[in-house]
Amino acid sequence: MTTTTTAPTTTTVLDASGVTMRFGGLTAVRSVDLTVNTGEIVGLIGPNGAGKTTFFNCLTGLYVPTEGKVAYKGTVLPPKPHLVTQAGIARTFQNIRLFANMTVLENVLVGRHTRTKEGLWSALLRLPGFRKAEEASRERAMELLEFTGLAAKADHLARNLPYGEQRKLEIARALASEPGLLLLDEPTAGMNPQETRAAEELIFAIRDQGIAVLVIEHDIRFIMNLCDRVAVLVQGEKIVEGPAEVVQADERVIAAYLGEPFEGAPGAAEAAEVEAAEGDAHSTTEGDDK
Amino acid sequence: MTTDIPMDKTTDTTTKVSTPEATPIIPLPHAAARGLTVAGSALALIGTFLAWTWTDEFPGNLTVTGYPGGLQVLTLVGSLLTLLFALAGYGIRGLGWLTPGGKNSPVLLAALGVLGVTGYAMGAIAQELGGLVNLEPGAWVSGIGALVAVVGALGLPVDQPYDAADPHPHLWGRVRHALTAPEPGRAKDLPSWLEILIIAAGFGVGLYVFAYGISTEYSELFIGFLVLAAFGFTAVTRAGLLKRLSALTAKHRNVTLGAAFAAAICFPFTQTNDQFALIGANILIFATVALGLNVVVGLAGLLDLGYVAFLGVGAYAAALVSGSPASTIGVTFPFWAAVLTGAVASLIFGVVIGAPTLRLRGDYLAIVTLGFGEIFRITMNNLNGNSGPDVTNGSNGIPQIPDLEIFGFNLGVPHDVLGHELTRSANYYLLMLVFTIIVVMVFRRSAESRIGRAWVAIREDETAATAMGINGFRLKLLAFALGACLAGLAGTVQAHVSYSVTPEQYQFAGPVPPNSAFLLAAVILGGMGTISGPLIGAALLYLIPAKLQFMAEYQLLLFGIALMLLMRFRPEGLVADRRKQLEFHETGQLDVPEDKPLPEGATGVAKAGA
Repeated sequence: MTTTTTAPTTTTVLDASGVTMRFGGLTAVRSVDLTVNTGEIVGLIGPNGAGKTTFFNCLTGLYVPTEGKVAYKGTVLPPKPHLVTQAGIARTFQNIRLFANMTVLENVLVGRHTRTKEGLWSALLRLPGFRKAEEASRERAMELLEFTGLAAKADHLARNLPYGEQRKLEIARALASEPGLLLLDEPTAGMNPQETRAAEELIFAIRDQGIAVLVIEHDIRFIMNLCDRVAVLVQGEKIVEGPAEVVQADERVIAAYLGEPFEGAPGAAEAAEVEAAEGDAHSTTEGDDK
Repeated sequence: MTTDIPMDKTTDTTTKVSTPEATPIIPLPHAAARGLTVAGSALALIGTFLAWTWTDEFPGNLTVTGYPGGLQVLTLVGSLLTLLFALAGYGIRGLGWLTPGGKNSPVLLAALGVLGVTGYAMGAIAQELGGLVNLEPGAWVSGIGALVAVVGALGLPVDQPYDAADPHPHLWGRVRHALTAPEPGRAKDLPSWLEILIIAAGFGVGLYVFAYGISTEYSELFIGFLVLAAFGFTAVTRAGLLKRLSALTAKHRNVTLGAAFAAAICFPFTQTNDQFALIGANILIFATVALGLNVVVGLAGLLDLGYVAFLGVGAYAAALVSGSPASTIGVTFPFWAAVLTGAVASLIFGVVIGAPTLRLRGDYLAIVTLGFGEIFRITMNNLNGNSGPDVTNGSNGIPQIPDLEIFGFNLGVPHDVLGHELTRSANYYLLMLVFTIIVVMVFRRSAESRIGRAWVAIREDETAATAMGINGFRLKLLAFALGACLAGLAGTVQAHVSYSVTPEQYQFAGPVPPNSAFLLAAVILGGMGTISGPLIGAALLYLIPAKLQFMAEYQLLLFGIALMLLMRFRPEGLVADRRKQLEFHETGQLDVPEDKPLPEGATGVAKAGA
C-alpha cells in the first residue's frame, strides 16, 4: 500500500532510514523510513502520542536517535541541532518557542545566525564587512516579514503578537536560515478556519520558493488539501504512506483513529460500499431508495 | 424587607462605579491647596536662612543666619524644586516645560522630600544635642513650612483617574495613586544644538549631584542627601523630565556617551580631597567589573556567582609581574604588558572553568560557579609555600605593588593639571576611566551584533536558539570568557590602586565591594542588560556602605532588606531596558509605531482557543 509518488526529475532532500528512538524501555519511534523530495509537501499524521514530534526531534538533532540515520541531500547529519540547521533543515515548534522578549525583527535576525559569519572581533572593532553584513541581514529579514505579512509589526515584542501571528513569525524565523527543508510541527494548532486557510496559502508559497515541507498536523482536511504525500505514524511505527486519498481510505488508518471494528461488524470493504451507496443516495433524488 | 437591602447596595455601587472621579486625598479647593503649597515651600525656603540650632556641635554649622549650610542647603534645594513645580501648575509662562508629564504628583513628591530632609535634620539635631530645646526658630519655620507644603500638595487634584479595575481604593491606595503620573506626550522638535546643550546640562547636573554625594563629609548630610535625591529623582521622573531627556539621549547616542564620559572626566577636578577621589576610583573599578558581569548575566543569562574570582586572577597576575618586592616572580612588565597578562590569565581561567560548567543550566551553573569562586580564594590562600608551592604568599598576599608609570607620567604622585592638583587617586581614577570606556564599548558593540542577539536568544530559550543554528555551548563559553577577560582588565588596575592583593579581597560576600554577591546585586539593582544600570547600581552599592560607617555591622542585613523591597516593587531594576519593563509589568506597548493595515486580511486574527 506504500505507493510513493516520485516524479522523475526530483531529488531526495530528506532521507531518514530506520530511525528508532527509545526512552528506557519505551520505544517512541520504531524503525521509521521517510523521504522528502524537492518541491514536495509531505504530511505526517497520527493519533496523539504516536511519536510524530519525537520523530521531528530525531530529524533535527534535538534527540540522538537510538538507531538509524538521517541524511540531508545525500550527507548524513550529525545529531546536533545547530549543525542540522546549518545543513539546511529548519523547524518550528508545536508549542510556540519564540524569543518572547526580543522584537519581531530580532527574532528573524537570530534565524539568520547560520547564514552570517560576523564574529565577535568583527563586532567589537566594527570591521568593514560588519555594517554591510548587518544591513544585508536586516534587509533579508524585512523581506521575510513582508512575505509572512508581519512587516508592519517589526518593532513589536514577539510576546505581544496575537497567537496566529506568533505562528507566522516562527515560520519567518525558520525561513531566515535559508533552509532546503522546512519542518512544521502543527502549524495550525489553535487557529480558526480562516487563519488555517491563510496558513495553507503560506505553505504553498513556501513550496513555490523551492523549499520542501514536512508538516505534522491533526487537521485532516488541512493535510488532505495541502500534501502531495502523507505518512501515518501509529504507536511509533509508520503504517501507511501515500497520496492523501489512498491514506484516507486505508482501513488501518481508520482503525488507528477510530478503533478496530468489533467482531462480526461490517468489514472495511462493506463499510466503503455503504458509504458509496450513501453518497449515491445524497447525490440523487430523495425518492430513489437504495 | 430583608431582600431589598442587598438590591439597594448593588445599585448603589454601580452608580459609584459609573463615575470614577479621582479626588484629592485632603479635600481642599484647588486654589487654596496650591496657595498652601507655594506658601509652605516658600516658608521652608526662608527658614533655611535662619539659624536652626544654637551650637556648632552639630556638624555643618547650622547656626549662621543668612547663610545656609549643611542640611539647610538640602532643604533649600528641595523647597526651590517644590516651589518651581507648584508655580508651573499656575500656568506661568516659561515654566511649562518643567511638567510635561505629571503636574501635581511631582509637587507632592518634592514636598515630601523637603519634609523628609527637614524632619530628619530636626530629629538628628534633637537626638544628638539632647532634646528639641536645641532647635532654634529657623528649624521650626522650615519644618512647619514643609508640613504645610505637603498638606497643600495632598489637596491638589490627582494627575490621572483611578484604575477602572479598582475605582475606590483605600487611603493607602489613594496616596500611592497620587504619586503616579501619566507619561509625557511627544516633545516638540528642538534645534539639534539645543538638544545637545540640554543633554550636556543634564549630565552636568548629574555630575554635580554625584560629586556632592561623594564629598558629603558626615553621615547626617549623606542621609539627608539620599532622602532628597530619592524624592527629587522620583519627582523629576513623574514630571516627565527624565522621559524627555532619555528621548533626547536615544536620539543622540554618541553625543550622550561623549557627554557622560566628559562628565566622568570632570569628576576628579571637582575633588580636592584624595579620599573622595579614591572612592571615585573604587566605584569605577566596581562598576566596570559589574558591567563585565552584565555581559554574562544580562545578555547571555548565565548566573555566575563566582565572578569576583576573575577580578582576582587579573589582579594577582598584574601584581606578580608588577615588580613588587614580594612577588615570587621577579619580573617587571611595563603596564601594557601587565594588562595583557592579566586579561589573558583571566581569559584562560574563564575558559578552563567555563568549558566543563557551561554544559549545566540554571541553578546548577550558579552553584558550580559559586564553588569555583571559593576555590580560587582558597587556592590563593594555599599557594603559600606550606600547603603548596609558594606563588601568592598565602594570606599575606602580595603587598607593596609599585605605582604605575605610563609615558613617564608617575601615577603615584600629585600632578598639576589646568591649575587643579590631581592626587594619586585622581590619576588612577582617570586611568580606570579609560578601561571603563573600553568595557562600555565592548558591551555596546557586542550587544548590537549577531553575537549579542545570539546571547539574548540563548537567554530567552536555549532549545529554540540551538534549533535556529546557534551553537549554544560555544556562544556561552564566548560570553563567559569575554566577561572574565573584562574583569581581568579591571583587576590589573585594582592591584595598583589598592597597593596589595590578598585572597580576602575576593570573597563571595563581604562588607567591602567588589565581591561576587555585590557585583550581582549591582547588576540586578541597576538593571540587567543595560549599560547605565550596573554603573548606577555599583555607585550606590559602593557609596552607601562607604558613607554610612555606623551601620557597618548591619550592612548585609539592610542590604538584604533593600534587595527584597526592590524585587517586590521594581523587579526590573533602577534602569529598565524596554524588554525588562514589558517582561515584569504587563502593560501595553507604548513606544511602537501604529499598526499599518496588513495585507491579505491578516489583521483581526485573535487568539483562537488552545
